[in-house]
Amino acid sequence: MRHHLILRVITKLLVGPIMLFALYVQFHGDFSPGGGFQAGVIFAVAFILYGIVFGLHKVQHVFPPWLVHKMMALGALIYAGTGVVSLFLNHTYLDYSALAHHPEHGQHYGIFAVELGVGVTVSAVMVAIYYAFAARPPRLSDEEW
Amino acid sequence: MASGFTWDFIVGHLNYWMFIVLMMTGFYIVVARGNLVKKIAGLNIFQTSVFMLYISIGKVTGGTAPIFPADMNIDPETVYSNPVPHVLILTAIVVGVATTALGLALIVRIREEYDTIEEDVILEAERKIAAKENRAYGDAMGGRA
Amino acid sequence: MSAGSATATLTLAQHLPVLQVVVPLLAAPLCVLLGSRKLVWPLAFIASAITFLIATLLLMKVLDGSVISYHIGGWAPPLGIEYRIDAANAFVLFLVSGISTIVLLYAREYVAAIIPPASQLLFYACFLLCLTGLLGVAATGDAFNTFVFLEISSLSTYVLIAMGAGRDKRALTAAFDYLIMGTIGATFFVIGIGLLYMATGTLNMADLSDRISDMGDNRTVRAAFAFIVVGMGLKVAIYPLHLWLPNAYTHAPSVVTAFLAATATKVAIYVLMRFMFSVFQPGFVFETYTLEFVILPFAILAMFAASIVAVFQTNLKRMLAYSSIAQIGYMLLGISFITKTGLTAAIIHLFNHGITKGALFMAVGAYVLRTGNSFLDRLEGLGKAMPWTSAAFVIGGLSLIGVPGTAGFISKWVLITAAIEKGWWLVAVLIVASSLLAVIYIWKVIEVLYMREVPDGAHHQEVPGSMLVPIWILALSSIYFGFDTSLTMSAANTAADSLLSGF
Repeated sequence: MRHHLILRVITKLLVGPIMLFALYVQFHGDFSPGGGFQAGVIFAVAFILYGIVFGLHKVQHVFPPWLVHKMMALGALIYAGTGVVSLFLNHTYLDYSALAHHPEHGQHYGIFAVELGVGVTVSAVMVAIYYAFAARPPRLSDEEW
Repeated sequence: MASGFTWDFIVGHLNYWMFIVLMMTGFYIVVARGNLVKKIAGLNIFQTSVFMLYISIGKVTGGTAPIFPADMNIDPETVYSNPVPHVLILTAIVVGVATTALGLALIVRIREEYDTIEEDVILEAERKIAAKENRAYGDAMGGRA
Repeated sequence: MSAGSATATLTLAQHLPVLQVVVPLLAAPLCVLLGSRKLVWPLAFIASAITFLIATLLLMKVLDGSVISYHIGGWAPPLGIEYRIDAANAFVLFLVSGISTIVLLYAREYVAAIIPPASQLLFYACFLLCLTGLLGVAATGDAFNTFVFLEISSLSTYVLIAMGAGRDKRALTAAFDYLIMGTIGATFFVIGIGLLYMATGTLNMADLSDRISDMGDNRTVRAAFAFIVVGMGLKVAIYPLHLWLPNAYTHAPSVVTAFLAATATKVAIYVLMRFMFSVFQPGFVFETYTLEFVILPFAILAMFAASIVAVFQTNLKRMLAYSSIAQIGYMLLGISFITKTGLTAAIIHLFNHGITKGALFMAVGAYVLRTGNSFLDRLEGLGKAMPWTSAAFVIGGLSLIGVPGTAGFISKWVLITAAIEKGWWLVAVLIVASSLLAVIYIWKVIEVLYMREVPDGAHHQEVPGSMLVPIWILALSSIYFGFDTSLTMSAANTAADSLLSGF
């Protein structure tokens, strides 16, 4: 990939906006279509694009596989943990009304936390899938294509 | 019911006919194709047909997207489509993605071990292993390994 | 409607139905997050032990026939997701969490020896996720939720089976085949639920049951029934749909096989029973025909065909896998009687067979650990070298045959009673005849274990105590439940009642 100058420049320009867009979809999910799933995938796309253009080695330097694994678990934990918090606040599991004085605010916070968990897990899982396939030794080297 | 097979009935249920066609196409590919990747593709088509079935169920004639206006001024005349099937199928799509990813990951591992992704070649290789085991352990015990 | 405005103080006891599922769900990511191979086993074991404790408490609460309903997120059914515990699923929860706790006790040594160190964390995480899925399937009262948990448990099962690849690469193809079959089954199931939703507009099982019985027979409901039975049938491994099972059980690590054989198919049978008897009422004529003319013949076919195939196996694990298919036949036979006694027999056999097969597969795992594989001629003379494991295996084998004084006898006794009650003498004779086939294959193993000389140069030691204890817990309980049937019989009776009475 040493020679594809245009690809490299465009990728570097795009990675930032893609992440920003992912965050927008994540946090605007309350008011418009969007949310953790979509945002997670978009966020992962930034890393995957970077990996495709600059090589797996480079992207794993930025986002190492062990961190990917931890993030997968962390997201799931945030999701399930949000539900457990409402258990301790005297409501049923996943009843977000418990999270604030006004039930409606509580539901806002609850959805926010859950979507955050979903976003973290989905982005990590997508990157993990990419790593799992890309890290396999290829049958054909790049020159043989 | 039998007398209800009018032109209107047939055209009016186009979604459901397509559901059946897609389902059978996918199912046929899963059963008939020997290539493991094609099997997974068939499985995907098979699952997609179910998504279509659910989305069709959610359609309400003349219904609009079930999102309340931001000012919460809800016109009681407005007909909304049923959002529940959409939500359900969102879950099923995620399950489908997970299944596909896992299936492809297994295929990668299978190719590394067997050096092929054609089912008949794999079966041949397994038959050889079984025959070897038969010679080693089966003959003495008067049975097949 | 939302927002538990009406919630008075909720005690921890009221949260038990959901904690049951949430504890392993939380523990699974924690396993990965902790990242310590020393801590992961205690964490998994404690989580599983807590679920067992919860399941026991729940079972005690519902043994009198009462029902516990828990509303997830404070949304009342039929709109919200409801966890509904009655005697039937409390009994299944008790079995699943109990087996998983015992298997985890066994797993510590086994996993350390068999699974590569890098995968051990993920092994326990997958194991807990599988447990979550199975418990969720049993606990939920929502049809679609069943599908979601079913897929959670299935996906983690595929991974667990594929972890046998370090020993035998065929584990990969076995897992792949299971993935294809299992996904087709789950998709059929979800099509069936879609059709039910189309006909009734609800997903809550209790509500579904009401509306179906109000609506009577129609084509959509029939199609839904057919899809659900075939879909679940793939998961249960009803005789002609069993093809994934022998390879999956043979090539998976033995600890996984022990867990799956004792729980996964049992939970699927529970779902089948729940749908056949609670959601669709037995009055639904189409169902009566299906049970009598499809399930009954295939159940009897399974009892014989699978047992005969088992007789000719030289691989002990594969033999037991085929025997599992035959035993599933007995449970389906009990279901197909559509009587209370028949259903009681199915439920009690589900429990007793779970215990028995758990003990047997764990004993096989001990042999695999010492001899390298589970072929019969590797086991020659092991009765003397590994006396404790072999004795437990014999007890399990006797219970599998149904010798008086073991748990297997009780369930076959009830099953035969149910057949005679129905006036089907021939079926009762067939049950006894197929049990005799079990004598043949179990005797084959006992002969190899005890009546052959140890081959020269072979020197095997008994497995460590931490593996023997769980094997013996299950072996002894398969004797215990053969003598003291008060718990199993009353639970199965109440369970059959609550299944048959609908909701």
